[in-house]
Amino acid sequence: MVWVESAPRAWREGTRRYRLIGGKCPSCGGLVYPHRQVCPYCGREGLEAVALPRRGRVVTYAVVRNPPRGFEGREPYVIAVVELEGGARVLAQLTDVRPEDVRVGMEVEAVFRRYREQSPSGVIEYGVKFRPAI
Amino acid sequence: MKFTATVGVAGYGAYVPAFRIKGEEISRVWGDAAPVREKSVPGPDEDSLTMAYEAAREALEMAGVRPEEVGAVLVGSESPPYAVKPSATVVAEALGVTPRVVAADLEFACRAGTTAMILVAGLVASGAIRHGLAIGADNAQARPGDELDYTAGAGAAAFLLSGDRSRLLAVLEHAYSFVTDTPDFWRREGESFPRHAHRFTGEPAYFRHVVSAARGLMEEAGLKPSDFDYVVFHQPNVRFPLRAAQLLGFREEQVKLGLLAGEIGNTYAAASLIGLARVLDHAKPGQRILVVSFGSGAGSDAISLVTTEVVGSRKSSLERLLARRAYVDYALYAKQKALLRVA
Repeated sequence: MVWVESAPRAWREGTRRYRLIGGKCPSCGGLVYPHRQVCPYCGREGLEAVALPRRGRVVTYAVVRNPPRGFEGREPYVIAVVELEGGARVLAQLTDVRPEDVRVGMEVEAVFRRYREQSPSGVIEYGVKFRPAI
Repeated sequence: MKFTATVGVAGYGAYVPAFRIKGEEISRVWGDAAPVREKSVPGPDEDSLTMAYEAAREALEMAGVRPEEVGAVLVGSESPPYAVKPSATVVAEALGVTPRVVAADLEFACRAGTTAMILVAGLVASGAIRHGLAIGADNAQARPGDELDYTAGAGAAAFLLSGDRSRLLAVLEHAYSFVTDTPDFWRREGESFPRHAHRFTGEPAYFRHVVSAARGLMEEAGLKPSDFDYVVFHQPNVRFPLRAAQLLGFREEQVKLGLLAGEIGNTYAAASLIGLARVLDHAKPGQRILVVSFGSGAGSDAISLVTTEVVGSRKSSLERLLARRAYVDYALYAKQKALLRVA
């Protein structure tokens, strides 16, 4: 897929990336991220948008050594599945940590960081990452 | 200026990145003696905006104020990530306080954070808004090898100012600003690094403005140095604030708690405000604090505060952030500061 610069895309995705807004099922209480219409656990519709807890644990992770466009120069970096308190799972980058120091089960907390620059003169994308809890 | 209506600090936050470079490592590369033991270095995915957000979120959480109740977000910085496009909108959007909010960036070298505080305090004291955020944040830029390269740090501090007396950890008493046209430090459009007038940055710039603002406040308020438990000065290094204290008649014990330049360097618009956060973390009820910033160009704000009975019931993460230190060498520092250009 050809990746093109897009200020509207950064704008469209901004709030969801910025605020860790998930969905809470009114029926089974399941928490999901990002927010969606249908509960993946019980099939109920009409999930309520909620601010998710900012702390969680690493469930699994991968080290990125061949980064996509806009992330060059940051490798090696880690993307992880983080299970937040309450059970919502988030796929996000880890930061402030070397790949060799990451462990499954390590406690992490959400921070607000740069994702990438679309180009040197382009829009800067920001959003949530996770750092080792301090 | 005296605040006649109640306004004060309901919450505050401080942010210092995880990385440090030792003064001796900078000396190894560039040869001169470093005036600080070590300084803070941003991670490769940090800038003044992300640091501003971290401090502001902590201030908001500490105050227990809902995002939609925040009426102003002013971000003071001389290192915004965009030349044109406000940082305040991104910070406000990420905090969830948009869209009904007075949000803007302020620029006045190292002074913009305290000026943001005075402006937000004015909005709160006038009754125009109930709560507002004043933030100072910088990822200070310096030409490699320049005197400033030994001290230019990174950090942020944010203060949630409120008029709700029961929420306040400290009440603002007085403010006094002292501003003149003094070309001691500047950066022209399109230039990557600031220039400065070397020793001219001392007497006619830093000391004249800091001392005049502090004296002005004390005269106007009828206070003397012994009336204060703590004083925090802008800290481009360790020596300047200690000398300013001496000139004004403050004892070293009054300065030490809020003096962090030896550990984190000069965090510019955040420098005096991180010092204030440190003091509030340790202060006891009924103590008086004087904060004096300095920004080149040039001006100083002096602000006096008195802590309430609930100060210390809530603390910032500053001590934990200061204890978290990953050391980088000059090569990694240059990469993380974006001093190296690839292609």
